[in-house]
Amino acid sequence: MVMADAAVEKTGTAWRAAGGDRRSTRTLRLRTSAALLTVTVLAVLLVPPLVQLDQQAVDLAAKLRAPDWAHPFGTDDVGRDLLLRCVYGLRVSLLVGVAAALTATVVGTAVGAAAGAFGGWVDRGVMRVVDALSSVPHLLMGIFIVAMFRPGVWPVVASVALTHWLSTARIVRAEVLSLRARPHIDAAVSGGASRWRVTVRHLLPGVLPQAALAAVLMVPHAMWHESALSFLGLGLPTHTASLGNLIQEARGSLLAGQWWPTLFPGLFIIVPTLAVAGLAGAWRERINPRRRSELML
Amino acid sequence: MLELLTVTAGYDRRAPVFRDVSLSVAPGEAVGLLGPSGCGKSTLARVAALLHRPDAGALHLDGTPVRHWRHRAPRALRTAFGVVFQQPRLAADPRLTLADLVAEPLRATGRRDEAAGRVAELAAGVGLTADLLTRRPHEVSDGQLQRACLARALVLRPRWLVCDEMTAMLDASTTAALVRVVEDYRAGTGAGLLAVGHDRVLLDRWCDRTVDWASLNSPAEH
Repeated sequence: MVMADAAVEKTGTAWRAAGGDRRSTRTLRLRTSAALLTVTVLAVLLVPPLVQLDQQAVDLAAKLRAPDWAHPFGTDDVGRDLLLRCVYGLRVSLLVGVAAALTATVVGTAVGAAAGAFGGWVDRGVMRVVDALSSVPHLLMGIFIVAMFRPGVWPVVASVALTHWLSTARIVRAEVLSLRARPHIDAAVSGGASRWRVTVRHLLPGVLPQAALAAVLMVPHAMWHESALSFLGLGLPTHTASLGNLIQEARGSLLAGQWWPTLFPGLFIIVPTLAVAGLAGAWRERINPRRRSELML
Repeated sequence: MLELLTVTAGYDRRAPVFRDVSLSVAPGEAVGLLGPSGCGKSTLARVAALLHRPDAGALHLDGTPVRHWRHRAPRALRTAFGVVFQQPRLAADPRLTLADLVAEPLRATGRRDEAAGRVAELAAGVGLTADLLTRRPHEVSDGQLQRACLARALVLRPRWLVCDEMTAMLDASTTAALVRVVEDYRAGTGAGLLAVGHDRVLLDRWCDRTVDWASLNSPAEH
């Protein structure tokens, strides 16, 4: 009896301790992500209007300076301050990322909901088009789209958005299909609701959490694509500071041993990505604790 | 007259749930349908309520064959059926309050103005208090939610009621209360009833006529 009690107590304690550790790890991740994202967004929003410095100011005497107190991130090959360039670059990349993710989510939700709500031939037709488009590499199709327009921010947004709504459409369609089979949809049909009303009032609100999560996770993804397009010289015009452009310009100096012009823009891509992934992971755990183990990020 | 004539239905054309089932319900008549689990009686109820298109066979409503199901069916025809499902949890949109749940068919058919009066009247009929009407499905019990689902089925004054195991999840007193509400409604309007269930005692007492699933068809071979 005493031994059993001791065993229960022991396992109970062990279990609690393990649970406590897990919880604190999760809280730490959540807090770190939130803090990093807040700092990034504040920097992007506040630095340009508050700091009256010209990110394009050229100082050939100070070119390719290693990081020091005057230039915490160093300078590039024409002596521009890299910290300022990175903040401006992140501003552009984040704008492209958010705009593209929002557009992709709206398009994907509309297409996925239509396919799921109509079902039958409409569903099969639409999803085969989605499959066909998915089979083309995103970057290739993105290049094709930007190539049709003059370089600028909006062609890049269009290029990323039009290649990334496919996964959202799939997620939304799957959710709509599973909701559609539930009796409350039967009840709505029997109550005289039109197809539109069933979709907008009963199906879409049920898929919104998933769609919102997909949208948030797509922001960093869209930023990578913007950077990739700019790195290839196909995205934003070269005078616009964007993270991709900064890395592209710094390629030459990397070979000469100057690590800072590529490292810092790279970090500016990686840090917000991890922060968004951390927050989205915490959110997903909250809306659906059972899928915790499937969390990939 | 609601007539199902040699209906074959299921979710896969190659393996229907049942074949060649015929059943008819006269106006004002209450027919109980008894059958074991998984025999297809719920599917038959969905076919009868225009919610599931059969693979073969015909459904005649007052002598006119029905050609379309679900959204393709004319609204007036769809709303002629009030349907109550077995599991109120699944049959209620989790985001709507019970008042909105009951009023939803009126809103969907553009009769928003009648909603307040009709909901109050039905709530009193099925025994839902004003406090319960402001709650969402997860804040009420199964019995209370099923009362709201019954009120929703009656809100458009259907000519036919289809109750698919309406009382399977409920205790005896709630069962009695809901059956009484259905019978009061039928006495007032002369609506026909198809009650599906597996409780022979209940269906025998409730309905004018009880039919056994086995007497309706030749079951699908597998």
